[in-house]
Amino acid sequence: MARNSVPAGPAKKKNINNVAYLFIAPFIIVFLIFSVYPVLRTLYLSFTSYPGYGEPQWVGLANYNRVINDKFFWEALWNTIKIWSVNIVVQLGVAFLLTIVFSDIKYRIRGLSVFRAVFYLPNLIAAASIAFLFKTLLDWRFGTLNQILAQLGVDNPIPWLTSPDIAPFSVAMINAWMWFGNSFIILMAGVQGIPKDYFEAAAIDGANRWKVFGKITIPMLRPILIYVSITSLIGGLQMFDIPFLIAQGTDMTAILRGPLQTVVMYMYDFGFRTFQVGYAGSIAYALFLIILAAAVIQFKIMNKED
Amino acid sequence: MWTLTKKCILYVLLIALALICVLPFLLMMVNATRSGREIMTFFTLIPGDSLGENWEAVINYFNLFRGYLNSLIVAVPATLLTAYFSSLTGYALAIYQFRGRNLMFGVIVIFMMIPGQLGLLGFYNLISGLKLVNSYIPLIIPAIAAPGTVFFLRQYVLSVLSKTLLEAARIDGAREIYIFHKIVLPIMAPGIATMSIGAFIGNWNSYLVPLIVLTKPDRFTLPVMIASLSASTDIATNQGAIYLSVAISVVPILIVFAFCSKYMISSITAGSIKE
Repeated sequence: MARNSVPAGPAKKKNINNVAYLFIAPFIIVFLIFSVYPVLRTLYLSFTSYPGYGEPQWVGLANYNRVINDKFFWEALWNTIKIWSVNIVVQLGVAFLLTIVFSDIKYRIRGLSVFRAVFYLPNLIAAASIAFLFKTLLDWRFGTLNQILAQLGVDNPIPWLTSPDIAPFSVAMINAWMWFGNSFIILMAGVQGIPKDYFEAAAIDGANRWKVFGKITIPMLRPILIYVSITSLIGGLQMFDIPFLIAQGTDMTAILRGPLQTVVMYMYDFGFRTFQVGYAGSIAYALFLIILAAAVIQFKIMNKED
Repeated sequence: MWTLTKKCILYVLLIALALICVLPFLLMMVNATRSGREIMTFFTLIPGDSLGENWEAVINYFNLFRGYLNSLIVAVPATLLTAYFSSLTGYALAIYQFRGRNLMFGVIVIFMMIPGQLGLLGFYNLISGLKLVNSYIPLIIPAIAAPGTVFFLRQYVLSVLSKTLLEAARIDGAREIYIFHKIVLPIMAPGIATMSIGAFIGNWNSYLVPLIVLTKPDRFTLPVMIASLSASTDIATNQGAIYLSVAISVVPILIVFAFCSKYMISSITAGSIKE
């Protein structure tokens, strides 16, 4: 970037660039206090035993040893991965199909902006409201979904949210329902960013739809695909709101917490319920390292497909 | 002909998918007008006549409007702070040459990728040490430092602002902060609006951080209040009241969305598309 040229008048000797420090000062101060410090503080606490009051006692790597040998941690991680995998396959699959449909040159599907708005709608609503809406709609005895199914001739009510086998699947579908519109909008914006000449040239060469898709659309979309899948990975492995609220407060809590227990829920329990804050900190960092490793692997794979 | 048939099938599928998105909200609104017993016995899309009773049950159980007010008290200032300070910071990063600029930019990018849960315990530890539990300060002030918004607005400044404009203003003797307020902010306005909508929705819907910061029910923001429903026993027996509470929390957002869906949608793509 070119250096800003300052008029050489005597009154303007002072470097205007110094004003930048004033401009960024509020950001820096708040960022250090509320973003950087908490992350470092969590790191420190993860090496201590700390019940939430008094002085943290340094215990070295004991908490991390405990995480490695804690089968409930690994179970929670496995639950999270299972729910996230189903979620992401459905979410990106639907978003991708929609992108194909709406970018097709032959069909010229209309109403993109209306469909886009409707598909995005679920993403706009607070997870707390969504969780309660589905908790009531999917209730196995009185829920509306089972009533509809009963009228269609399904005799046995399905325990959507109360069966340990079905509940994780339902949560994954709720998450996919909330997020596919978001992914679709980002992918579609990516497609619209591809210069039209590419498609026209391909049409002149007589390339068919799938060839255009495989040779132009996907390669051009790659940076955006990487962005979407890595952000969903980071967000998905931190899944909390929906499974937490679905599992909470029913008489099924004890049974449900099993398959719906995610890593951040597990961390929350130690950090804010039983107050083994040091241990919770090591769970937070263990999850961070796992997310980091997964993101790096994912990036490597997606970035060298050629 | 075959193409037309396929096109029709595609439209049918798209409309079906749109229905899946809308139906839960529609059922919510219908069920909010039906009595608990009606909801438990059969399904219909015809509204009932129990809206009044459900309303009584909701009002007697908790003060959702207090939740509304609390959410506004948090989300509005937080959004304004994010908008103003992210513009200021993004502008400074884009325009000025200063020592540590690249370092700062790198740190911002790293923090955009760091999972939010990582600082949660330290954050709570900090605010309880500062005696800020149940205060709105920990929900509002951190909005001054929003790395993602700064990142986007920096790119935005680089793409929309012409340097000659700044130099002309400097030759006229304008002070830097004056230039920022009078010249730069208006030019950045569309980008700022886009990011503000995203920030507002994020603040409005936020659950985990308010959940750990707020312990007194009369301080609860809307999502925390809605989530406290599960702890109730009396209201849970009346599903109509549950549907109504959820509807009260959802409908205003739906109305806002009906009017500015375009801006909201552009705020999603803003983060992902490189300028």
